[in-house]
Amino acid sequence: MNTMENRITRRQALSCLATWTGAAVVWTVAGGVPRALGATGDGMPAPAGNGDLTFVQISDTHIGFRKDANPDVVGSLRRAIGDINGLPQTPAFVVHTGDVSHLSKPEEFGKAREVLQEIRVDRVHTIPGEHDTIDDGATGYLRYFDHDGRGKSWYSFDHAGVHFVGLNNVLNFKLGTMAALGDDQIAWLKGDLANVSHSTPIVVLGHIPLWTIWEPWGWGTADSAQAMALLRPYGSVTVLNGHIHQVLQKVEGNVALHTAKSLAYPLPTPGQAGIGEPGPVTVPARELGKLLGIRQVNVVRGRHDLALIDTPLDH
Amino acid sequence: MTSMLPYAVTHPIRGLAVAMAATVLFAASAIHATAAPPAGSMKVVDITKFAFAPKEITVAPGTKIVWTNHDDTPHSVAANDKSFASKGLDTDDRFEHVFVGEGDFNYICTVHPFMTGVVHVRK
Repeated sequence: MNTMENRITRRQALSCLATWTGAAVVWTVAGGVPRALGATGDGMPAPAGNGDLTFVQISDTHIGFRKDANPDVVGSLRRAIGDINGLPQTPAFVVHTGDVSHLSKPEEFGKAREVLQEIRVDRVHTIPGEHDTIDDGATGYLRYFDHDGRGKSWYSFDHAGVHFVGLNNVLNFKLGTMAALGDDQIAWLKGDLANVSHSTPIVVLGHIPLWTIWEPWGWGTADSAQAMALLRPYGSVTVLNGHIHQVLQKVEGNVALHTAKSLAYPLPTPGQAGIGEPGPVTVPARELGKLLGIRQVNVVRGRHDLALIDTPLDH
Repeated sequence: MTSMLPYAVTHPIRGLAVAMAATVLFAASAIHATAAPPAGSMKVVDITKFAFAPKEITVAPGTKIVWTNHDDTPHSVAANDKSFASKGLDTDDRFEHVFVGEGDFNYICTVHPFMTGVVHVRK
């Protein structure tokens, strides 16, 4: 466990928190270049226009975690569900970008599925994180979250003219390397995209960032370059990741990559000085709700740009 | 702090085989009066701050190594050659393995494959 006050000075800790606790920022991604439209003062996202596709990203619920960094992860998830159910425009669906469970236990998957059903949407699309594949790969996870019945932890679907791809990038590692998609999945992705026109907006879900943020902590995907090469010809690609429990972004041509907040506990910033490992950070209880949150994504019809609105639980 | 039920630890069948092998080894060493290590020799490897400590360890054949996870994050211990593998280890969970034959055994945490360690078994 990292207890920030124990490892760095109070001034450093406050400085660090200040960067984490800003109000939600509305992002629009136009022509592949993200642009901040401004902060949402009350933390509530602006309503999308009629006919626009709206969906919500949640991530890293870690159901089963009960350490000091957050003794009530189910409570945090339920707060997020309250926010989602209260959105002015009902989202088409919710995506969960992995680490549904903390220890891949059946009771954790079962509890997660039960609570996720409280979200008033037709469906929740999940992908596995490394915490969901601990003992037997994706087998245990798929008993609860096999979305299309194919027995695979990667899949695609189309909605309102947008092509969605869910990936598993938490396995296929070699000794001492970062996890990878693996040859089978890359081949599948190539075949899947072969049927998608280059003008179709694409949204990719992957748990670990699909770009290398901090290799010493495994914050990257070993073969992400192969996936990026397949996505590069498309006019609008948005990659939604989890894993690092904080919001970061990167743009490569028409591909915009975004990580998301967790609903369980914060993690250090990449390679953060004074903290040598990517373990849960315990903050004062009143601060936790500012560091966890959800993301609303609006796809505006006729434009190949997505608006991302990150909202902390405390708003 | 609430702890999860520990669910890792032993492989009963493998443990029995190891015990038998150790008995044979001990008997052989007694007959030939060689300096084999005493049965039940044990070494400890800590899993802490996303690292194995010590990362590299040299032991004699017949030594039992016990890994204990001290992090709030689950880890595992898995040999590259698949000769041993733990389940996910939550905080304070332990995994143990007896190294019978000589060799170099590289292992990783399958949850965080950048975490590596090696056991050298030498007479």
